Amino acid sequence: MSGFKVIQPGLLTLIQDAGRFGHHRIGLTTGGPLDSLAFKWANRLVDNPMNSTTLEISFGGLVMQAETDAQIVLAGAEMPLKINGIEQDRWHAHKIKAGDKIEVSFSTQGARAYLAVSGGFQVEHSFSSSATVTREGIGGFTGEKLQQGDYLHCNPPVDHRGFRLPDEHRPDYFDDISLRVITGYQQQAFSDYQKRLFFSSEYKVTDRADRMGYRLEGPEVKPAIDGILSEGICHGAIQIPADGQPIVLLNDRQTIGGYPKIGSMIAMDTARMAQLLPGSRISFEEISIDDAHNLHCLAHVRFNNTEPEAID
Amino acid sequence: MISMADKSIRIEVAGENALIIYFGEKTDPSVSARVQQAVTILETELNGKLIDMVPSYASLLVIYDQLATDHLEVRSTIRKVLNQLSDAVNAEGNLVILPAYYSSESGPDLDALAQRAGLSADEVIKLHSEMEYRVYAIGFAPGFAYLGEVDERIAAPRLSTPRMKVPRGAIAIADRQTAVYPAISPGGWNLIGLCPTRMFDPEAKPTMPVQVGDRIKFNPISRDEFFSLGGELGEIK
Repeated sequence: MSGFKVIQPGLLTLIQDAGRFGHHRIGLTTGGPLDSLAFKWANRLVDNPMNSTTLEISFGGLVMQAETDAQIVLAGAEMPLKINGIEQDRWHAHKIKAGDKIEVSFSTQGARAYLAVSGGFQVEHSFSSSATVTREGIGGFTGEKLQQGDYLHCNPPVDHRGFRLPDEHRPDYFDDISLRVITGYQQQAFSDYQKRLFFSSEYKVTDRADRMGYRLEGPEVKPAIDGILSEGICHGAIQIPADGQPIVLLNDRQTIGGYPKIGSMIAMDTARMAQLLPGSRISFEEISIDDAHNLHCLAHVRFNNTEPEAID
Repeated sequence: MISMADKSIRIEVAGENALIIYFGEKTDPSVSARVQQAVTILETELNGKLIDMVPSYASLLVIYDQLATDHLEVRSTIRKVLNQLSDAVNAEGNLVILPAYYSSESGPDLDALAQRAGLSADEVIKLHSEMEYRVYAIGFAPGFAYLGEVDERIAAPRLSTPRMKVPRGAIAIADRQTAVYPAISPGGWNLIGLCPTRMFDPEAKPTMPVQVGDRIKFNPISRDEFFSLGGELGEIK
């Protein structure tokens, strides 16, 4: 097998497939891509099965040397992609040759990008997934982020197809966005006034924003209760600890916890939030579970019916 | 039989693809047994539509695939299942014996805990190892099992300053909960001993010796037995 040699790992580059499911009962969290839409596009543009292993590059700074012929694509945040020093289009599959140098520079807009290779990176599964969760030391290479000198195996099929996503379908990663939240869990412990405050205020992404959760800063929201008997936490759950500052829990969240929760952000919007850098401003918008369900199903249909352009 | 007319059971929305069932408001073996029964039945009833479930003390989080089902159908399935649950605590889990090397060497908080409780260290050990515990929840870290409840006399609040490093196998108490740390981690629980049994081993099958609903008893062992069972003292700071 051949693959890619990591020359510079970047600030935080993680091996990720779609995530680890069905293991919450032994305390394992989901992991997987923070921006699942960009992840799915990366795999689709190099004609991979949807659960193929990619690299999630946070902020940028990755340099690799190819030791194989393959097709690669970079989707997600605006991290300039260079192949042998020449800037190339993102959301666009590129044929590369053994010996080529691939550089992903620091992002100018957005925080996460996904690099996929035709056939997917070949990484041993741990609990049915290659997703890296550093907090648990599970997945990827011994549960760690990518290191200098790591070797990413791959086995690119011959005659693999490549695609580009037309500009009008490429997401943008602007700041100052409204994110949709379904009220739930302990929402009854929040008075109407507290809920109005939450849904009408602006919050700032703090620098304590990582794959486990995004801590926000803004007007304090206070539930009528301090804590609860520890219970399961779903993706996107918004926990309000004693200081009244919301934490949106993401892919690497702990599976159970005892802080009151006002509800949960929908996954389409946690993906947008995870593209924001500290200092970004957001607000919340209430949405019903019916609307959230419809949006999810429509997004699935939209993804499947958006035809990327074949290259060659 | 219990029924949904039982006001203590509620189904709430948790997220866009998750409902949470509340079976009660406090730690209680019969509530915990119902949670376990519901896990088993829902696994079959929602086969092919489930993404994951998180059982805890008195609740069950049910995460489903929105492309295969929706909250209306899942809620209706849950209602049906709740009506089938029996009230009797017949869902007795396995009894798992965990060896425990209690000492001030392996459990640096043992003496302070005894002193606060007005007991001798031996009395603390006796109270901790005589009780049969139930696994109420697994979380915090892979393999971390919340066991309850310890005798009131040896309940102890968390340390005011959590430790940076608690060794793997540390047997600990926080309030009326007890646990064995599955891996080296930071931690604020009171350490009273060490268990040589691995609570989480990704290479082993099963990966954990216990699951939610199981019954646990600690069996006091000597220092020599601890080492012969493969125990390691580990670093505490």
